[in-house]
Amino acid sequence: MTTLQTVFAKAKADDRAALVGYLPAGFPTKDGAIAAATAMVEAGCDVIEIGLPYSDPLMDGPTIQDAVHRALSNGTRIADVLRTVEGVAKTGAATLVMTYWNPIDRYGAERFARDLASAGGVGTITPDLTPEEAGPWREASAAAGIDTVFLVAPSSTDERIKAVVECCTGFVYAASLMGVTGARESVSSSAQGLVERTRAHTDLPVCVGLGVGNGRQAAEVAAYADGVIVGSAFIRRLLDAADEASGLAAVRELGAELAAGVRG
Amino acid sequence: MTATQEPILTAADLAGHGVHGDDPDAQGKFGIFGGRYVPEALIPALDEVAAEYDRARNDPAFLREFDHLLRTYAGRPTTLTEVPRFAEQAGGARIILKREDLTHTGAHKINNVLGQALLTKRLGKTRVIAETGAGQHGVATATAAALMGLECVIYMGAVDCERQALNVARMKLLGATVVPVTNGSQTLKDAINEAFRDWVTNVDRTHYLFGTIAGPHPFPEIVRDFARIIGVEARRQMLELTGALPDAVCAAVGGGSNAIGIFHAFIEDSGLVALHGYEAGGRGLETGEHALTLTAGSVGVLHGSRTYVLQDEEGQTIESHSISAGLDYPGVGPEHAWLKDSGRAVYHGVTDAEAMEAFALLARTEGIIPAIESSHALAGALKLGRELGPEATILVNLSGRGDKDMGTAMKYFDL
Repeated sequence: MTTLQTVFAKAKADDRAALVGYLPAGFPTKDGAIAAATAMVEAGCDVIEIGLPYSDPLMDGPTIQDAVHRALSNGTRIADVLRTVEGVAKTGAATLVMTYWNPIDRYGAERFARDLASAGGVGTITPDLTPEEAGPWREASAAAGIDTVFLVAPSSTDERIKAVVECCTGFVYAASLMGVTGARESVSSSAQGLVERTRAHTDLPVCVGLGVGNGRQAAEVAAYADGVIVGSAFIRRLLDAADEASGLAAVRELGAELAAGVRG
Repeated sequence: MTATQEPILTAADLAGHGVHGDDPDAQGKFGIFGGRYVPEALIPALDEVAAEYDRARNDPAFLREFDHLLRTYAGRPTTLTEVPRFAEQAGGARIILKREDLTHTGAHKINNVLGQALLTKRLGKTRVIAETGAGQHGVATATAAALMGLECVIYMGAVDCERQALNVARMKLLGATVVPVTNGSQTLKDAINEAFRDWVTNVDRTHYLFGTIAGPHPFPEIVRDFARIIGVEARRQMLELTGALPDAVCAAVGGGSNAIGIFHAFIEDSGLVALHGYEAGGRGLETGEHALTLTAGSVGVLHGSRTYVLQDEEGQTIESHSISAGLDYPGVGPEHAWLKDSGRAVYHGVTDAEAMEAFALLARTEGIIPAIESSHALAGALKLGRELGPEATILVNLSGRGDKDMGTAMKYFDL
């Protein structure tokens, strides 16, 4: 199992940013998600976030909503998410689960942490869990030996950033802009300032997500962040593909472009 | 209004003095319920709203302005109406209605909206967004936005847009942009998701004018406080009219704002006044097509708050069903969850058929056409009256009028 610490140390030694790719479990199909995430790793992703499809994804834009809806429609359950993590972790990429809080709450925090660790997962990203509510999850995660990643945003005060990074292990997720997930024409100028403000409070790696979709943007972000997170752009390639093979080819192509980007 | 007139809702009313310390704790919790489960990006905006609300409720000028709007624009205080012919079907118990249907825009929603629109101006924001189910909160928000010169965008499930077409037209006429939401179940819960997405994107100039006592802190507290006027008035009016407190207070529960609005003034009257909430039983519990969140749901997190939720064993929200769009919601305000678990209030289900029967009965016996939402409380009062007998006095929150429901009624009764 590759840990986040190993990934970021290696990227730093190579003088580059890490590439983090996101894909929901069950999209485009249960096995298709494992194949696509594997293609992302082969193309150069260091870390994979497997999304846990949820019925009410209120911080996701249309692309991820669409993918998640398909995943739920084809019957994706938590067991499938864990199986996807297992499949992807075997590639050697550090594999996390990104999920809204309620599915973990319902499944049971300790049980989820334990089952995720058993599947080879190294941690979670929980975008709607704030430091005030994070106590039980941090304890369960620490007991299972997995990392907890939380988000900071351009609107976060320094006080909030301090509270959030104190809950983080592995890395800190900096949301580049005020908005939902989705690729955009340009990466928000607020991202660099947020990374700098975050670094004032932590030595953890800081990764930037939201709005990054091509090699040029990846290079731009890699100049100041420890990691570049890409989700919707990968999903878009799969949604637009005529069949599974061409979808995987498109994912590989984008992965290679982004991997070149994070190397400057 | 005269300059010296005491506001109906005083600073003391808004400061809170109920049985459970009234206000939620610093984390926005009512017991284990409530809190904030939202993207970190929204925390500063929620803090800003909470801080401004705290200043406003202690500011006599704010209370006077709110009171002035309630009296001269919303049409408060609303009257009580005793309905003896309707009550003949309720075992002869006295049934008294609190007439929120007589407010401007035709439902209790106007109370909260006027308060929050004033708050929006204090926040220095120029745009309001809102979710709506039945369209009543959307209409009320569009109304307040027109009154105060605010830009207004309303998110409404596409299914609801269809069954409440009249309200869509009203909102447009009032100058609002209505955005039909086509993802998920295309009803209220999806409209709320979409409104949150808008808010996180445009939060610098936008206030999310939340319509019910659900959502992240401080919305459950603010919406409750602005709806409290219903119960504050009704409690005084009941004492004037009957010389005593009612034996029971009945209200419909979707998100729960009209119910908490009338319940709240009676919470301290524990042992004297029973509080009964009626959820939408839809086609019946056994069919799975209902909105029985408190009655049949389980504790979880939805739309930023820990509360009772209709969810499966993996935490996926189960789509609700009700003939009334305003009760068609798989969550409920955290304060109702708290009142349920503490035993202070009791919650029951009323089916579509029972609600429509009460809807028609009130129209025929009293000449009042209620909203289908409120008809759930009326149906509950009929059952409760038969249980309690002719000595009982029951106060029912008639939260809205039924003009908007004529399309549904025409179809249901083949009119």
